[in-house]
Amino acid sequence: MTREEIIKPENLVYKKTKVLTDTVMHFCPGCGHGTTHKLVAEVIEEMGIQSETLGVAPVGCAVLAYNYFDVDIVEAAHGRAPALATAMKRLRPEKFVFTYQGDGDLAAIGTGETIHACNRGENITIIFVNNGIYGMTGGQMAPTTLEGMVTSTSPYGREQQFNGHPLKITELVAQLPGTYYVTRQAVYTPALVRKAKRAIRQAFEYQKLNKGVSFVEIVSNCNSGWKMSPVKANEWLEENMLPFYPLGDLKVPEKE
Amino acid sequence: MAFKGTIVIDTEKCKGCGVCVTGCPQKCIALGKKANKKGYNHLEIIADTCIGCANCAILCPDGVIEVYKVKV
Amino acid sequence: MAKEIKLMKGNEAIAEGAIRCGCDGYFGYPITPQSEILEHLTLENPYPKTGMVVLQAESETASINMVYGGAACGKRVMTTSSSPGISLMQEGLSYIAGAELPALVVNVVRGGPGLGTIQPSQADYFQTVKGGGHGDYKLITLAPASVQEMYDFVELGFDLAFKYRNPVMLLSDGVIGQVMEKVEVGDYKPRWTNEYIAKNHPWALVGKPESRGHNIITSLQLDPVVQEKVNHKLQAKYKVCEENEVRYETFQTEDAEILLVAYGSSARICQKVVQLGREAGIKVGLLRPITLWPFPKKPLLELSKQVKSILTVEMSAGQMIEDVKLAVECRVPVQHYGRYGGMIPTPTEIFEVLKTL
Repeated sequence: MTREEIIKPENLVYKKTKVLTDTVMHFCPGCGHGTTHKLVAEVIEEMGIQSETLGVAPVGCAVLAYNYFDVDIVEAAHGRAPALATAMKRLRPEKFVFTYQGDGDLAAIGTGETIHACNRGENITIIFVNNGIYGMTGGQMAPTTLEGMVTSTSPYGREQQFNGHPLKITELVAQLPGTYYVTRQAVYTPALVRKAKRAIRQAFEYQKLNKGVSFVEIVSNCNSGWKMSPVKANEWLEENMLPFYPLGDLKVPEKE
Repeated sequence: MAFKGTIVIDTEKCKGCGVCVTGCPQKCIALGKKANKKGYNHLEIIADTCIGCANCAILCPDGVIEVYKVKV
Repeated sequence: MAKEIKLMKGNEAIAEGAIRCGCDGYFGYPITPQSEILEHLTLENPYPKTGMVVLQAESETASINMVYGGAACGKRVMTTSSSPGISLMQEGLSYIAGAELPALVVNVVRGGPGLGTIQPSQADYFQTVKGGGHGDYKLITLAPASVQEMYDFVELGFDLAFKYRNPVMLLSDGVIGQVMEKVEVGDYKPRWTNEYIAKNHPWALVGKPESRGHNIITSLQLDPVVQEKVNHKLQAKYKVCEENEVRYETFQTEDAEILLVAYGSSARICQKVVQLGREAGIKVGLLRPITLWPFPKKPLLELSKQVKSILTVEMSAGQMIEDVKLAVECRVPVQHYGRYGGMIPTPTEIFEVLKTL
């Protein structure tokens, strides 16, 4: 069977989702943001909720998320996405509202908004991409930067005594009664991507129940900030990030 | 049941990260020597052994791979 | 139907005005001297009646960003605070102005700087009309001088905010916020339906239908060429606003030789000064700017051809005086009398200054 014989519409099994625009994403080669964008968009397409979804983009590497997600979307001030989403969901409770945020946005400057939106139990979905670094501004230390990790503002490695501990904000929000579903995923192998997509799907589905925040952390890479090739960065992620940020569900709804 | 597949690569949008290559069970793709207009050495098909598993496309952060698959 | 008259505080009038004019959402954080607004709203509990959402946020920063989110959905949303809280909101205000969204913010000004005092002040004039946050933007600024105006300006503020897709600031102060007066309140107006918003505000986030591309609300343009165009558009909008939205009132200016210029509660005090002056044979009048931006430059320029001198009275070290000076183009001397740090000037002390002019 020739290639031409296989390439027919009826044999198509995978293509880019239409909930992502055709704009080429600005992310660095191999960045997990692209994969995560794709998963969120695929979930929105598969649930058939494109016209029912309102997005909130962050400040950070994903600041231009609004150019890529083909949904009505607003670009928030740094860290404030959960505050915007709070109002959007309360004023349009029938819509699916999600924020897409990085670790600097969600776990440093926006900690207050994150904690309180989660504690109030806003009925929103938070997609949190944690790559342990400020990518957009050139690789500075983030709240989630691992101990000993070299960044442009911890050039000799993060020192606990000096810079404090890496923040496990996902563990923190899982403690709050307002969160309904909290999970940590990754997207660097096909199996993990499939699993992460199921988690994101679940997170959006839970909005229908009106039971609080569904929170999905994606432990991701930053090959530019980490100064590694994309493939090497994924290996480093597995060896270094995952022991500190272990994958899996932190909070799942009790069976009713 | 066996499957035969192939992929179509949008070589101009490919950023040559090579993450897809790590997911291919058939070792039928690789980054080539040719660069696209942006200067990235884009993905190429190097063997006719694709089974259409879509692992490469699923991993691709930029959605540049389309996958086709038939039963044989 | 007979008019409905209520006795209420200025702060309560803000809350009542919001509920009755069809406001969709209020997001705020307690701070003296304006906490009665949130208290009145939560006591009235408008949600079952009108569907208006009232939420106590975790900070002023969150409040203004909730307003940003609500405004992005085309909803009539507002927040209120007092000076230190308004300082925290400056980032959000800049974003809302940059993203061209309508929103209403009320500042019941207290004395500063810093934590200052909880007593009334007008020292946030510069912050309000000269920017406050970063970038070239303007806030349409209304200065109420009575509890009735506190009530009326909520709806007016929303109307202007949507007309120009621009944040509107209601610049009040602790006197107007706390004083009790009679207020004629209006009927309850229904909130806009989602269908109405989708039809009349096509920029709003309502969920992308097949028939159009996605709506994006952003204040970011990385390309400076585009960002300059955005700024041109803002400036053109501000120019239209300056031509059409100047509001002011005059009091005994017809034959005035001395002109007092004051806004808000200072203008109320100055009315008494005009009376004292007239009783003493001094031909004194008052111009009260109602919009602080756009500022009533033209009427001031006209009056400067008639009067010998101008005295601005502010509860600040002299802020609005700069705009008065710019407006009159050095035709007459302009002097300032101010009390600040929470002190309120008396008519008598202003009258003493008046006599020296």
